[in-house]
This record gives sequence, C-alpha cells and structure tokens, in this order.
Amino acid sequence: MKLELGNIFIRDIRFDSVSKVEKGILFVNADELRDHLLEDENIKSVSLEIARPGESIRILPVKDVIEPRVKVQGSGGIFPGILSKVSTVGSGRTHVLKGAAVVTTGKIVGFQEGIIDMSGPGADYTPFSKLNNLVVVCEPVDGLKQYAHEKAVRLAGLKAAAYLGKLAKDVEPDEVKVYETPSLKEGIEKYPDLPRVAYVQMLQTQGLLHDTYVYGLDMKHSLPTMLYPTELMDGAVVSGNCVSACDKNTTYHHLNNPVVHDLFAKHGTELNFVGVIITNENVYLADKERSSDWSAKLAEFFGVDGVIISQEGFGNPDTDLIMNCKKIEAKGIKTVIITDEYAGRDGASQSLADADASADAVVTAGNANMLVSLPPMEKVIGHPEVANVIAGGFEGSLQQDGTIVVELQAITGATNELGFNKLSAR
Amino acid sequence: MGKYRVVHYINQFFAQIGGEEKADYRPEAREGFVGPGMAFNAAFGDKAEIVGTVICGDSYFNENLEAATKEVLDLIKSFEPDIVIAGPAFNAGRYGMACGTVASTVEKELGIPAITGMYVENPGVDSFKKDIYIISTKSSAAGMRDAVKTMAALAMKLAAGEEIGASAEEGYIPNGIRVNFFEEKRGSERAVDMLLAKMAGKPYTTEFPMPDFDRVEPRPAVKDITKATIALVTSGGIVPKGNPDHIESSSASKYGKYDIEGVFDLTESTYETAHGGYDPVAANQDADRVLPVDILREYEKAGKIGKLHRYFYSTTGNGTAVASAKAYAAAIGKELVADGVDAVILTST
Amino acid sequence: MVKEIERAGLPVVHMCTVVPISLTVGANRIVPTVAIPHPLGNPALSIEEEKELRRKLIDKALKALTTEVEEQTVFEQ
Repeated sequence: MKLELGNIFIRDIRFDSVSKVEKGILFVNADELRDHLLEDENIKSVSLEIARPGESIRILPVKDVIEPRVKVQGSGGIFPGILSKVSTVGSGRTHVLKGAAVVTTGKIVGFQEGIIDMSGPGADYTPFSKLNNLVVVCEPVDGLKQYAHEKAVRLAGLKAAAYLGKLAKDVEPDEVKVYETPSLKEGIEKYPDLPRVAYVQMLQTQGLLHDTYVYGLDMKHSLPTMLYPTELMDGAVVSGNCVSACDKNTTYHHLNNPVVHDLFAKHGTELNFVGVIITNENVYLADKERSSDWSAKLAEFFGVDGVIISQEGFGNPDTDLIMNCKKIEAKGIKTVIITDEYAGRDGASQSLADADASADAVVTAGNANMLVSLPPMEKVIGHPEVANVIAGGFEGSLQQDGTIVVELQAITGATNELGFNKLSAR
Repeated sequence: MGKYRVVHYINQFFAQIGGEEKADYRPEAREGFVGPGMAFNAAFGDKAEIVGTVICGDSYFNENLEAATKEVLDLIKSFEPDIVIAGPAFNAGRYGMACGTVASTVEKELGIPAITGMYVENPGVDSFKKDIYIISTKSSAAGMRDAVKTMAALAMKLAAGEEIGASAEEGYIPNGIRVNFFEEKRGSERAVDMLLAKMAGKPYTTEFPMPDFDRVEPRPAVKDITKATIALVTSGGIVPKGNPDHIESSSASKYGKYDIEGVFDLTESTYETAHGGYDPVAANQDADRVLPVDILREYEKAGKIGKLHRYFYSTTGNGTAVASAKAYAAAIGKELVADGVDAVILTST
Repeated sequence: MVKEIERAGLPVVHMCTVVPISLTVGANRIVPTVAIPHPLGNPALSIEEEKELRRKLIDKALKALTTEVEEQTVFEQ
C-alpha cells in the first residue's frame, strides 16, 4: 500500500468572510463553520477562537486535538467509519494542513481532560503549543448524559478538522512525502537481509473518555488486528480519550504516529517495517489475556525479528504492556517498549504497576507526577476552574492570580507513550 | 565572589605514599592539593580551589571504621569546605567503601554537599548510591581524566545549590530517584535505535530497569469469621456524594475515612467515586459495585460475619505514587489494629 | 496498600480484576473480580442477579480470609 502525503505549511490562522488556504494562511469563515457544527442537536453553543504559538493563552479542559487532512486520491475519506463511509484508506494521496490543528474544549465531561499553554513553561511540555490552533468551544445542551456529551464533542472536533481539511484539496503542497508498505511476500523478496520489524500499538479502551475507534468500531469490541501504517495517516484510528491527558493519544498523535514515521525513516535501509498490529487495553482480565495472546500470535505469524510496543495510559494497562512484552519475547522476538512513569512527585516511587524481567529494553517518556507551576495567562479559553478536579490537579491547583500548579499528567500530550516528545527520565 | 573551598579525600595510594604495604596509614591532612587534586583544580578553573587534602590508608579506615570516620571528619571540618570530593575510587573496594562513608557522613553530619566517583561494580556503589551522588567511572585510574571532568562539574553545581539533573545528564549512578529531562531525540526514535541494537546483539541501555517488588509474610487466617470484625478499604475512590475531603481524581494526596454506622446500602444519591482512572458511570449508579456494604450488612445481620467495621477507608489508586499509597495503608493498618478489627477486605478498580 | 495493611498485622483479601498486578505487587490472598469499573457488580444484570453475584464474591473473600496460606494464593473457586 502506497500513500503520498502532501504537506501544506500553515503559518497563521485568521477569521475571514471566505474559508480558504492562501500563501500559508488558513482563513476561516467562523459563522459557516459554527452553523455546520450546530447541526448536531446535542450541542447548544459553539464559539471559535484562535491560539497561536507564543501567545499568552491557556486552553482547558482540552478533549482532543486533530490535524486537518483531506483525501485527494485513492479510496475512502478521512476518518472512515465515522465521517466517511467505511472503505479502506491509506493509499493514493492525502493533503495535510501542516502546522494547524483543531483543539476541542468546553464544559468538562469527566475529570479527565487536559491543559494546553501556548507560551511559558507549560508550552515546553505539550507539542500543541507549536501549532496554530483553531479552538472549538462546544457547550452541550442541558442535561446531556456523559456518554452523549463526549460523543458530540468528539464528532464536532472531527467535523471541524474535516471542514478545514477540504480547503486543502486543490492547494499545491509545499512538499510531498511517499510512504509504501509492500505485502509480506514482496517485502521478504525485496529486503531479504534486513531485520523484519512490526509495531504493536496498544489502544486505550476502558469506557467513558477512555475509548478509541478504528474505522468507527469501538476497539474494545475487537480482537487485535493489523493495519497498514498509512491507514493511520488517513484517520483510521480516532481518539475518544483524554484521561490523564499527558499520556493519551489525541487524534493528532494517531495521524502523525511517531513510531510509524521513525520506522519508515529506516525502512528499506536498516530494517523492513512490515506493519502495525493494533490491540486494546480492556477492563476484563480475560480480555487482557486474550488480546495479548493474539498480538503475540500475529507477531509470530508475520515472522518478525523485533517489535516496538507502545502503551497508552498507565495503571492497569501496565499489565497489558507487560503481557504483550512477555508473550512476544517468549516467541523469540525482540521487544522494545515505550511507556511513561508515575514515580511520585519526588521521583522515588515504583514507576510501573507491573513488571517482568523480559522487559529489558524500555524507553520512558518521563515521570508524569512531576509538579509544574503554570503562570497566569492573559487569556483562558474554556473553564479554568476545572484545574482543581482534572487528573493531575488537586484542591488548590488554581491559585488566586490564575497560576495553576499541577502534575505533568494534566498537560495534554506531555508524556506521550508513542514517543512523540523528547521528555524522558532516569 | 570568592572561589568555593573544596576538600579532597584520597587514599594512601593516590597520595603516592605507597601501595598495600602502606594501607594502614593513619588519617593526615595537608594544605592544598595532592596527586589527582591537581587535575581537579585545573577543571575548577577560577570557580573553586582545593584548600586541603585528607589522606587515609584503606585498611586503616575499614578496620577502624568508627574512629577513622571521626578522625577524617574532624580533619575535613578544619578546612571549612563548601564542598567535599572523595576519590574517585574506581573499582577499589575498600577505597570505595571509605569514599562512600566519608562523603555520606560529611553530608549527614556537617551538612556540606559531598560526592564521590566509582566503577559501577564497586561494592561501595550499592551501599551508598541512595545517600550521595556517585559519578560513574571506568574500572581503573586510566579513567581519571573523564572522572575528574564529570565530578568537578557536578561538584560545582552542588556548591552553587543549583538543581541537579537526571543521572544520564549529570553522569552519576542512578540512585532510584527518577528525574525528568529532555533527550536529544524523541522517544520513538530512541525506541527504533534501541530495537536495532537489541536485534543485532549490540549493547544498549534500558531507560528504566525493571524493579524488584518486596514481599510480606501472609498473616494467619481468621479462626472464626462469625465473630470477626471486618473492615472495608478501597482504592476505587468511593466517597460520600460531593467528595467532602476533595480526594483527587488522580495522584491522591490523602485518604478518606467515612462512618457507615446505620448505612445499609450505597445509593446513587449518597455515594460516588472520585477516581479518574476508569469509567465512573457504573460506580456512581451503585457504589456497592466497588464497596460491597450492602452484602456485608446482610451477612452481619445473618450472623455470617461478626461485624462490619464502623468506618471504611478510601483513596484513589489512579496515578498515586507507591510511596503515598504505602504511607496511607500503613496509617490505615495501624488504626484498624488499634480499633480491634480482625480482617480487611480491600477492593481495587 | 494490601501489603502495608498486612504488615500492620491484619490478614487482607485483595479483591481486584487485574490479578497480575496484585501478584506483582505482592498481595497474599487474592480474589479475582468482574471488571475494573465495577469489580463487585455488573450493570448488565438485574439488581437481584447482581446481588447474588456480589454474595458469591464476598463468600470467596471470606473463604480466603479463613484459609491459611503459605504463599500468594488466588482464590478462583
């Protein structure tokens, strides 16, 4: 499967009377987009804001971040099974508004959403401070139940991203990158001497604000399966979770999965990247056993020499991670796992809930319990008072002057376990 | 600003007094630097200076541990240092123990920062790595140049009271305290590099060595459950509606103790969960699904158990550091024992 | 937590869904439960069925507390 990604670099977003992309600037007709999102009867109000890198802006509670993309050639559309019909994506050509993103916020659903600061010390920890963000503030109709509320906001974010993505359809990209995965047989013939590598991506699937969708299917109801890496780039996997936002994959992360990109970078020269095995992190022990059996079986069947396993979340998913690692190592396949740590504010505690001697190659994205002090911002988009109740916050997190003292786990994407950032710990 | 005053501790060998035959050399102080101290002074530049060197034979130190430590400490103190450097001891076992003892005692008793340097297999490492910074060195004095450079840099940071970075940045042997820092490459790229090395059978270093978990002896069983008082404890975050103690949804800083005298059932209007790590809908509808008060009351009435303890204890296990959980549990355990509880049912989500 | 309460001198039965974590951290008496968000219940059942389910689990817990163990034991039956 072969996909061309045409990147159009966006250096600013502005509101204007006509939505369009011109000379690296994304113009948005706010009324038109707002009306489009208000078609959902569960949404009472929508307001749109712009947050640029370096501005004194704080966004919370952040639910999801999405990169605008559009399919230009090839089957299917962006976010298949959700916004587009179910049809295999990942081939042909896709255009990307690189440097822009949609960020969703609004009334808190649970206590699990995150913070994005566009400047100051907090900005160093979230990759989204470097993007030109169109912030969609979505308020639900009164009395809307949590599940429906989460869904409405999730869809609003995806719709807004697709709306912007469409503007890129006829724009000439600034660069075009090509990603290609041969079939198993072709790969073996083409790269007989290179080590074969698969990527095992664990997806959070534990209920409200803890779910992930694959072609529209709630992944908790699926057995582990395989994807071509380029399917991810077309939105085959969509985030429905932001619990302890530091180590949850936003939809932006899925579209730009760094493990996929870094394996592609060495594909054909140092290794043969055969594909992605996606698995879940369910709440039943039998599911955990079954899914890890399955991912090990798939890795064995693909005849790989090594796998990279990325986790999503912490606590009981540490067990899924260790099961995957142990069972795949037991097949004689080398593993590297990517996780993050909960070592206490002083860094002195046990970092993971589960452990095994076979997990001898670990990449860590840092200690999520570390405290950070986020100085006040001139503008807050969303609801600052939730700082006291979101995961990573505590009574008194939000101080009189607007300073927020929280654990790193409250910052969206801070200790991402796909290895999206440079943050680590020793 | 003046230069920092450094005192250097070395053994008889590095003081060029002699080898094994002089290992019983007694503590002695000299003004200025001796032996490897010259290299340290060069590394300090104009920031610091070795004002005195304290020398002791390795056998004398280890055979007369208490007396020798005191003698050495007094000599060090007499120079009024801002920082103390011991060694590096490389892979010399007795020298490593001496350096570790001197450095840790200086910190503990004099309140002055102190560091040393050793090869990772030196027995002094396991004994002292949690107490003091031990710079990782090569196994022999051939690694002196690198060791001096790294030790001098860390010593200057400590003397200035600057924040100390992660072990990988500063060069000290990991001491069990996890410190965040920014790597050169992102995590996914480091994972690809590590996998390529692992598949090729080349050396690589895991960023997180797997921990060992300790064990506790099982307590004897309850002899007669129909007479026993049973307490409920949960890490599932069940609290009275409204979370009166504001227990955090993640990384809890406290636990709650709640009176359930006269409570026979946890209902949607009276109890909820404060836990942020799982889908809360089921627990909020009926908290008995996490904390089974209803059935235990039934069993109490039927005489299947002696009594349900008047209080239950609750915290959120989500992202809560093991050390905190440990401290809460130790406090809870102590109270339960004092209250005459016989056994505990602990539920987790 | 289990370990520290046990260290204080009381037998503890750990009722949890993710038994491997319980084994790794060192609980001695373990009773496997239903699911992470509802260890002692199941919203898909009727109230009476759910209570019956909960009784069975509590019976297991009581059995665990009255059974002498030498090492980590999972009470499946």
